[in-house]
Amino acid sequence: MKIVLEHLTKRFPNRNKKIKDEVVAVSDFNFTIPDGKLVGLLGPSGCGKSTALNLICGLEKPTEGRIYFEDLDVTGLEPEKRGVGLVFQNYALYPHLTVRENIRFPLENLRGEDKLTKEVMEEKVLEAAKLVQIDSLLDRKPNEMSGGQQQRVAIARALVKMPKVLLLDEPLSNLDARLRLQTREEIKRIQTETGITTVFVTHDQEEAMSISDIIVVMKDGVLQQMGKPQEIYDEPINLFVAKFLGTPQINVFEGSVRSEKVYIGESPVMDAKGVGDGDVYVAVRPEGFIVDENGPLACSFINREVMGRDTSVIATNEHFLGENIRAIIPSEEEVVPVDGCVRFSLKPHKVRLFDKIIEERIRTE
Amino acid sequence: MKKNLTAWLCLLPALAFLLVFMVYPLVDVFIYSFEEGYNFASQSYFGVGLYNYDYVLHDPYFIQALKNTFIIVIITVPLSTGIALFISLELSNIKLIRDFFQTVYFLPYVTNTLAVGLVFMILFKKTPYSDGLVNILIQFFGGTGVDFIDGPYWAKMFVMCFYTIWIVMPFKILILTSALASVNPMYYKAAKVDGTSSFRTFYKITLPMISPMVFYLVITGFIGAFKAYSDEVALFGTDLNAAGMNTIVGYVYDMLYGNSGGYPSYASAAALILFAIVFTITTINLMVSKKTVFYN
Repeated sequence: MKIVLEHLTKRFPNRNKKIKDEVVAVSDFNFTIPDGKLVGLLGPSGCGKSTALNLICGLEKPTEGRIYFEDLDVTGLEPEKRGVGLVFQNYALYPHLTVRENIRFPLENLRGEDKLTKEVMEEKVLEAAKLVQIDSLLDRKPNEMSGGQQQRVAIARALVKMPKVLLLDEPLSNLDARLRLQTREEIKRIQTETGITTVFVTHDQEEAMSISDIIVVMKDGVLQQMGKPQEIYDEPINLFVAKFLGTPQINVFEGSVRSEKVYIGESPVMDAKGVGDGDVYVAVRPEGFIVDENGPLACSFINREVMGRDTSVIATNEHFLGENIRAIIPSEEEVVPVDGCVRFSLKPHKVRLFDKIIEERIRTE
Repeated sequence: MKKNLTAWLCLLPALAFLLVFMVYPLVDVFIYSFEEGYNFASQSYFGVGLYNYDYVLHDPYFIQALKNTFIIVIITVPLSTGIALFISLELSNIKLIRDFFQTVYFLPYVTNTLAVGLVFMILFKKTPYSDGLVNILIQFFGGTGVDFIDGPYWAKMFVMCFYTIWIVMPFKILILTSALASVNPMYYKAAKVDGTSSFRTFYKITLPMISPMVFYLVITGFIGAFKAYSDEVALFGTDLNAAGMNTIVGYVYDMLYGNSGGYPSYASAAALILFAIVFTITTINLMVSKKTVFYN
């Protein structure tokens, strides 16, 4: 099921009634979610991603714009008419019902022609439970289960009616770190097995990067960038996206371009063909540093953190924005600071330039 | 041991009060109820046995009181709880002037029972000067008026139940609106996405979620209704036997202090019969609740 959003806008009245300004939660969204893909809606807290999800689901009605499922305009349809399954952040499992009853609940709502017999319901419940691997826990109550198991039940309940679209609101944020890894693989597996178009909301970029086919990055209700995870990581269109994706965060320096060369301070660090002179932000991915005793970028060495697989070099530079530079280098390489100073050269394909005023990407030739 | 001693010492005042004003009277009532021919003045009795119970159970006034009490309980407890639930649901649905309605519904709670009784008298009583507001309305619509306060039994019982329901409702509405407000709205969202009808949402989600509070109201409602007395006095005056509207507690009071009073043994026996009834009903309630009430 392809989902098309057209000029989708949602404004809420301000909570403070004295202020007339409306809060724009979602501003002029235009994008298409292709059929059968796992899409991550990514953004910091309060950026309107949950609202966007509620709009797709139908719990909220847009102020402007339209939503299409394939060619069908669902903008005015109630949630139950849209054929969507929704998994809530806190699972919203009915605590007084057993797992079996919880999963069966949506089926029992079917009336008229769609009404199912008890046997068919039982079969479907079992099928959904098997899909999320909780078929041995059907007679438990939600409070007798771990967070991860509850999450699976919630997914089974959302899937039991075989929705055309599965929506997950922060599905992993209530789980501990280990379960989070497990469950996100689970979600990917379930999505691949069922082929249901799935949209999930998260503020965790790692989560979004690791399982999404497509990531949609949002900020303050405005769509920033949409694309495959690696594409967005490699080619962020603005400084916000560059900083939001990747851990450790991208290292941002104040720099300038003079005669097609990029300078950090007075040190020329790389070429910038086709870029006009002016001040820029120079953003370097942690893996974009090479320890090089003749390198142009001199930094004062602070510490090294050995991770085993690689080593983080922590350093600082007067033109660096933020606290400390984090450079990740292969663990075989040795870092020998000379007079407390370590020198780097940069890998040009890991360096991105951004305009200093509008913070948008400046492309080199 | 020393710790225990301190604890007991701290508990002592409360325990002393309980012993003197709760346990001792209870035991005393129990003893009184088996003492036959007890004389208040000389504090003597003839023997020990079940005669007091036999007398009370064959006293037509007690039978009438028993019947009245049961009718009041059976009619007012389910009705008041049901109507209160309905009003609370509606209250939680409206947004406009909700505070106003909440205040209106809560007013009877802070109004004196006797004052309310007076208002009901004015509404329902037939006097030489006026037929009462309700009768005027009935006649206006072509019916025949009836004296609700001094008239036929069913009319008096109707007013009695109406009054009881009206007086117990505010507290129930208060409890139920707060119970409804405490249900996490995400359950309703989940139900909505699944296309649950509003009746099913209420029956399958709301009701189980607030069931502990409903159960609390049913239990206290039963106990309160079995102990009804002051409401009857407010409507029908102190001579409830003559009005045929006496209740068990009223009977106990009459046996002690009424015109025909001075029989603590009969009163004790009647009180213990009431206790046995309330105890049985509450036990049944608790047994039913184990299957139907959900505690998170």
